[in-house]
Parts: sequence; structure tokens; C-alpha cells
Amino acid sequence: MSTQASRAAARLMISPSVILLLLWMAVPLGMTLWFSFQRYNLLMPGQGGFTGWDNYYYFLTDPAFFTALKNTLVLVGGVLLITVVGGILLALLLDQQIFGQGIVRVLVIAPFFVMPTVSALVWKNMFFNPVNGIFAHIAQAIGLPPFDFLAQAPMLSITLIVAWQWLPFATLILLTALQSLDSEQLEAAEMDGAGAFSRFFYIMLPHLARAATVVILIQTIFLLSTFAEILVTTNGGPGNASTTLTYLVYVQSLLQFDVGGGAAGGIIAVILANIVAIFLMRMIGKNLEA
Amino acid sequence: MGQITLKGVRKAFGDVEVIPPLDLHINEGEFVVFVGPSGCGKSTLLRLIAGLEDVSGGEIEIDGQPSTDLPPARRGLAMVFQSYALYPHMSVKKNIAFPLKMAKADQATIDRKVENAARILNLTDYLDRRPGQLSGGQRQRVAIGRAIVREPAAFLFDEPLSNLDAALRVNMRLEISELHQKLKTTMIYVTHDQVEAMTMADKIVVLQAGRIEQVGSPLELYRSPRNRFVAGFIGSPKMNFIGGEEAAKHGADTIGIRPEHIAISTSEGAWKGTVGVSEHLGSDTFLHVETDHGVINVRGDGEVSLHAGDAVFLTPDLNQLHKFDAEGLAI
Repeated sequence: MSTQASRAAARLMISPSVILLLLWMAVPLGMTLWFSFQRYNLLMPGQGGFTGWDNYYYFLTDPAFFTALKNTLVLVGGVLLITVVGGILLALLLDQQIFGQGIVRVLVIAPFFVMPTVSALVWKNMFFNPVNGIFAHIAQAIGLPPFDFLAQAPMLSITLIVAWQWLPFATLILLTALQSLDSEQLEAAEMDGAGAFSRFFYIMLPHLARAATVVILIQTIFLLSTFAEILVTTNGGPGNASTTLTYLVYVQSLLQFDVGGGAAGGIIAVILANIVAIFLMRMIGKNLEA
Repeated sequence: MGQITLKGVRKAFGDVEVIPPLDLHINEGEFVVFVGPSGCGKSTLLRLIAGLEDVSGGEIEIDGQPSTDLPPARRGLAMVFQSYALYPHMSVKKNIAFPLKMAKADQATIDRKVENAARILNLTDYLDRRPGQLSGGQRQRVAIGRAIVREPAAFLFDEPLSNLDAALRVNMRLEISELHQKLKTTMIYVTHDQVEAMTMADKIVVLQAGRIEQVGSPLELYRSPRNRFVAGFIGSPKMNFIGGEEAAKHGADTIGIRPEHIAISTSEGAWKGTVGVSEHLGSDTFLHVETDHGVINVRGDGEVSLHAGDAVFLTPDLNQLHKFDAEGLAI
């Protein structure tokens, strides 16, 4: 790729895919933007037309909006906390020489291969159900009243389900990072008088920082769009107690048939996601340098 | 401070005994080099002394204290690893200060000791850099600095120079020797390079398959190797071994003669041969001569101008002849 001709040829060759990708992204985004400024409700055909910022105004002043915003942050933050802390602990455990190491590792990875709707259903019917769920059985066995997770603690329940799905991902990435740690470094620290905890905090944790950053960034992207788990378990309820931004957009456009309002919500979600991304990159992005 | 005694120390990994019981005494302030071919157990022996591996039997005493069951940190030893094992996320200063911090020293003491170590090792200008921004030699010095600040009873070096290029290796060799003269602390140094062993050691321990073949000063080993293995391992280029009739003439099973103890002549001598490859180093010339007794390496001075195919006569210096019996032991 040194001569001018070859560089020009390269640009020419990659241009079809670049243009395709651009269209792929730009057209839906442009259409969403366009709809967000339109009065476009499927229940009221014929009443179209430009409405300015009305859709945004109604979406932002929707009483469910701030609850949804809070729920989104709780979900993302909660899952990140559980998966990163749990992932590090599990990785430490799996890094030990144990009997049946290979099988244990496969078992740990397994939840990642279960699709979200299925795992949400399994959790809903087999674990959280106040009549048939295993937690209800355990509670009854020790003489406690069963706890209706999805009704009384919907956000906690959904966070648990999603964290269960993402824990293997975090564990895998952190485990490989842990295995790439030079054992001589740990031995050197041991010679230097560092105990097990000091070795973990001074040597292992800094070594894991970069992998943890990757885990947090990737998971944030996917967690902001969590949808199936909510739809299958609580439908955003009770009331709007487990409605996230993604779910609110769905409610607007597909349950209330307000395409314009949903589009405005989508754009707001994009903007908020970007704000989160900027903060994340500021806070932890420096770990990825060097 | 700095006496180490091994009594019947042995090490087995499962059924494989890598170090059969061995005894060794290391005096205070000595520079001891463990040398041997790769896989001879010299690094394992070092790790046993450091406490990074548990012994399978026997006792280790450090300064008269039974230390067999002490954890590495409490043995008062410091180790420099082959990969240096610096902490990549810490600055040079923090790397060197780490052992002190772990020992819960106060900040003033830490600063003073780190500064002192940095001065000894010429690292003062690099204290705020990270290991990734340093050259190989500088990293090596940081690793040594981290060992120095602990003021250990003994330093353990595990092939510390093997990751450096040839020129730097010679330099660091000198620096470590100077450091030893300055600190007068016991040092145990593991290497597979007999040149490092010869140049640095007060006492060389030659190991093979976990056994100690011979212990002695470099010149002792060079002049009177106890067996064929030591004779072949110490000295460069290697000693020539000749068996058969020629050896029987001298009343031995095998005779050994070093390349530098053979006289070259174009007209007369004991063994006739043809020059194969000749290596001219300027100061020396190494000739590989094909004789009736096999290929014999000869070291001549830089003026020798012989080339492949030339006929030569070789005469060994009989005073420097080493004789070995059928078991390979020196006679």
C-alpha cells in the first residue's frame, strides 16, 4: 500500500462496502429523524404533517420517561456491577487447577448460549414463580412466605436474569486476561512480601483493568437495548416499575401506534446512549491506550 | 548474613525425581554460579532455595535458621527473574518501592532507600517512567533495584542476562560483578552460559540431571575437572576427547585436551590432519582439523593462516592432558 496508484485502487475497491454501510446506517437514522418530526399515528390516518418538536415534548414530559431513564441506568449499572465483580471472582476460581476443569468451564459458559426469551421464561416460571418456582419452594421449606419476585422487585429480578446471561461473557474475557498474567510477576510479588490479598489488589486487578474495560464497554452497548427479558417477564410493569427506555419506545410506537412519538423516543435514546458512551470513554477509555 | 546450607535437599514432580538428594554449602558474601545444560535442574534448585517450590525432602538453612518451611517472603532473599517480572502498571519508583511498601515501611524510609538504589544503579532519571518505556538493560537494573532495597541476606538471579543482546550482556555482567563487590552480599546466579559462570563466579556449581558434578572456583574446574562432563562443559571452545588406542597409550579410557593446549605445525607433530573449517576471530583462530582420531578443535593465535584443505600436524601439550577412566572420572 505504498504507491499512489495502489492507494487509489484500494479506496476504489473498498468504496462499495463503505457506501453500503453508510446507506445501511444513514437511511434508517434519517427516516427515524424524519418521522420524529411528523405527526404520524396509525390510529389517526390522514392527520399527518410536520409538528416541530411536539413529539419530543410529549416523550420527555411523559410521566413514564424519568422512571424509564432511572430503570435503564439501574439495569445497566446493576448488571455491570454483578458481572464484573462476579466475573472476576469466578475467573479467579476457574483459574485454579481443579478436577474436571474442562467440564466446569463449559458449564460456566452455557448461559451465554441460551437465548434471552428462553432464559427469561425459565427464570420466570421455574425460579421466580411464587407458586411453582424453586425460590418459593425454598422459602416454604424454611417456613417463610413465598416472595413474588416479578411483582414486588421487578427491576431486581430483571437485573438478575440479565446478569445471569452476561456473567459467562465477563468471566470468559477476565479468565483469559488472568491467564495471560506472567506467573513470574506473581512470584516476584510473593518474594517481595505481598500476601494473597496484596497480590490480588496490586498485581492481578491492575492487570485485569483493560479486560474489565472491554467487558464494560461491550456490555453497556448491549444492555442499553435489553428488551426481550422485560417483554417476557413483566411487560414493563407492574405499572411502569420495570419500563426501560427501550421498552418505553416500544410502548409508544407499537402499543400506542404513535410512530412519530416512538421515533422521537428513539432519537432521545440514541442521544442518551452517546452521552453514556462519552462518559464511559472518559472514565475508563484511558485503560485501552498503550 | 548470607550463609545458605542445603542438607539432603531433593525435589520430585510426581514420580519424576528432578533433583536427587544433594548437599551444598554457600558461604557468606560468595558469588556462586549454578551452571549446567538446560533441564539440569539449576533453576529448580534456585526456586527451592527461594521457597517458590516446596522441597520433597531435606532441609534448607539460611543463616543457621531452619527455613525449609518458611514462605518466600520471610527467608530474607531477593530474586531477579529471567523476564525481570516488573509490574507493568507501576512506575520504576513504585516498582522499586513495592517490597518496602509490602513490609509497611514509612514513607521517608521508602524514599531514602529508593533514591539510594536508583543512584547505585543509575536509574535516577528514569524513576517516573513505566517499565514499558525502558530498554532491556534498564529493566534489568530496575529488577535488581527492587531486590537491593530489601537488603536481603542473598540475591538470587535466574538467568538474568538471557534476554539481552550480546553487547549488553557483557556490560551487565560487569555491572553485576561490580555490584557484588560493592554490596558484598551473597549472590546465587543461575546460567547455562559457562562464560558467565567463569567470569563472574567465586564458586561454580556444575549440575547435570539434578546432580552436582563438581563444586569449585572457576580455575579449579578449568584445570582439574573431576569428570568428563565438567571437562566438556567448562571452557570454550569445548575440550577434545579422544578414545581408543591413542588414549590407551596414556593409560586411560579417554583422554581430553583443550583446543588451546595443542600446538599447530605444518611440518611435524604427533597427529596428522587436514584443516576443515577455520574461524578467524582476529585475536584467535579456531581450526577444525580432521584427524585419524576424529575432528579436533584447535585454537591458534590470530596470525595462523591456514585454510580448508591444508595439511597440519598437531601436538598436544602433555602437561595439560586430562585422562579419564571408563566411568568418565578423571584419573
